[in-house]
Amino acid sequence: MSVKASPLLEVTALNVHFGGTSLIPAFAGPTLRAVNGVSLTVMPGETLGLVGESGSGKSTLGRAILRIGDLTSGEILFDGTDMARATVGDLARLRRQTAMIFQDPYGALNPRMRVGEAIAEVLRVHRKVPRDKIGARVAELLNLVGLDEGYARSRPVDLSGGQCQRVGIARALAVEPKLIVADECVAALDVSIQGQIINLLMDLRERIGMAIIFIAHDLAIVRRLCDRVAVMYLGRIVEIGPTEQVFTDPSHPYTASLLRAIPDIDPDKGLPANPLTGEPPSPLALPCGCAFHPRCPKALPQCSTGEPPSLEGVGPHRAACILPPGEITI
Amino acid sequence: MSDTVLSVRDLTVVVHGDGPPEAIVDGVSFDLKRGEILGLVGESGSGKSVTSRALIRLLPGARLGIAGGSAVLGGRDILALDENSVRAVRGGEIGMIFQNPSSHLDPVMTIGRQIAESIRFHRSVSRGEARRQAIDILRQVGIPDPERRYDAYPHEFSGGMRQRAMIAVALACDPDVLIADEPTTALDVTVQAQILKLLMDLRDTRGVSIIFITHDLGVVSQICDRVAVMYGGRIVEVGDKRDIIGNGRHPYTAGLVACQPAEGHPGERVRTIAGQPPRVGQMPPGCRFHPRCPKADAVCMQTRPPLEASGTAHLVACHHPVLNAQEVAS
Repeated sequence: MSVKASPLLEVTALNVHFGGTSLIPAFAGPTLRAVNGVSLTVMPGETLGLVGESGSGKSTLGRAILRIGDLTSGEILFDGTDMARATVGDLARLRRQTAMIFQDPYGALNPRMRVGEAIAEVLRVHRKVPRDKIGARVAELLNLVGLDEGYARSRPVDLSGGQCQRVGIARALAVEPKLIVADECVAALDVSIQGQIINLLMDLRERIGMAIIFIAHDLAIVRRLCDRVAVMYLGRIVEIGPTEQVFTDPSHPYTASLLRAIPDIDPDKGLPANPLTGEPPSPLALPCGCAFHPRCPKALPQCSTGEPPSLEGVGPHRAACILPPGEITI
Repeated sequence: MSDTVLSVRDLTVVVHGDGPPEAIVDGVSFDLKRGEILGLVGESGSGKSVTSRALIRLLPGARLGIAGGSAVLGGRDILALDENSVRAVRGGEIGMIFQNPSSHLDPVMTIGRQIAESIRFHRSVSRGEARRQAIDILRQVGIPDPERRYDAYPHEFSGGMRQRAMIAVALACDPDVLIADEPTTALDVTVQAQILKLLMDLRDTRGVSIIFITHDLGVVSQICDRVAVMYGGRIVEVGDKRDIIGNGRHPYTAGLVACQPAEGHPGERVRTIAGQPPRVGQMPPGCRFHPRCPKADAVCMQTRPPLEASGTAHLVACHHPVLNAQEVAS
């Protein structure tokens, strides 16, 4: 990193809650706290991995940052503007500078639209290029994601999953974004195709320099691609730091058990000896204290009471756990 | 340990389309030994799921048909049985678990009754006895408080518990063979570790043989004894897991292992297999891997390589098998 550059994105105390309100207060159901006091920063050109199990709020967080999903409270500073309280003009600017890549490559494309039209639509809506240059720009974008420009005439149904995902990426790049949120963008693809898309993202990051928030549950891919990683559990970031530090020296017992649970490809390693018991509790009824304490192998009596621990630590590697760092091993 | 439970020979499944019927499972042969976990690995469209559906005679779609081959289980050829006898095999001698338990459990029937129904369909026991057996099997698959959970509906279970319930339904009649089609793909990694451990424990305690279908090589090397790699509807390599993972002799197997994101260093490009897996209707002649194979020559384009021995109990279908792992790297 060079001299202290200002962050592209600065999220502070972001909350996304669902339900819990009703016209008649007595009928209000319990509140689902999908994202709970999350703070993070993303520097220009940086790739931040967001990992966690299903229901941990990582997709909700990604959507709230792009203002595709609603948020309850908090601050989202994008390029100096608070997008949590954005005006119509601010939102339009956000849409022109950010993009999202989705998990289901077929579902993200209109099946009745040819690939070229789908990309041209983005260019037209955001008035990116003059009308007569649209065709040339579509061909350029297709080449950028490794597709022949002849694919502009294809419909999604004629393409494979990997090719569809490339079209999804081309649509995201059409706005020339400063920030892309990629939500499980390789989870639906075959292993041999996953690598092609990961490499494409690496190439594009070098050539275009956009920042990426990479949401995934596959830790091996995150380790390969991301500069920093944030681990989420039940709506909170429990650990954040430079990827290699988090993966080799985790400071939260949840991160450690997540790393332990990945089946190793080495046939002689065997299954993890003591897998984590139980499943994440419902976010409708979060446990008191640290939300991980019912499953934590090292929980202390004080873990189950009071406020959940906040992210502590010196430097860029921080974790929300009261255990001393030496206690946690993979 | 070494006696064969299920012996599949030249199983062929064709799809009837506009043109001549095309084989999407093409001459698949393998043996399953008692108490063995055989991994069936491949990408989407490799025919691994269709193979397993053919064995219980539940092919998805009316255009698919079994065109030849045999599958001998307990002295009978399943593929030659009439519909009534097949119904006794399904859930009786062969149990099956699927990727998505929610869509394979009846949502309006309690978990316990679904197990008891299967027991009473296959065996003449009283209602009380069936209930007792069902509670017993729920306990064996690790569902806490089985007497009370017997009366719970699937929606009251979490994802991991639902998968346990489906395993209970499949094991209710003490089958010889359990077919597990991507049983942990939809689960979180910590829950996946629990289910894998359960399947291995059940193999050890009940001696059931398992055909484990997956695309995850990490899972394969942890729980399987032998592995069959499928590509384009054919088995291209089969052998002990130590012969396959890391020492695979088919270029596809070697490529699949090399393109795991965990193999390599952060920031490095992921190794990939160029091109796309073949699609139904466009299966290439000769070796079906030849358009993507770095070693392909004129012979590969015309002649289908036979599945030949390459050491004790290690078979490879390739004209130019890989010599060792170093050769792939160079």
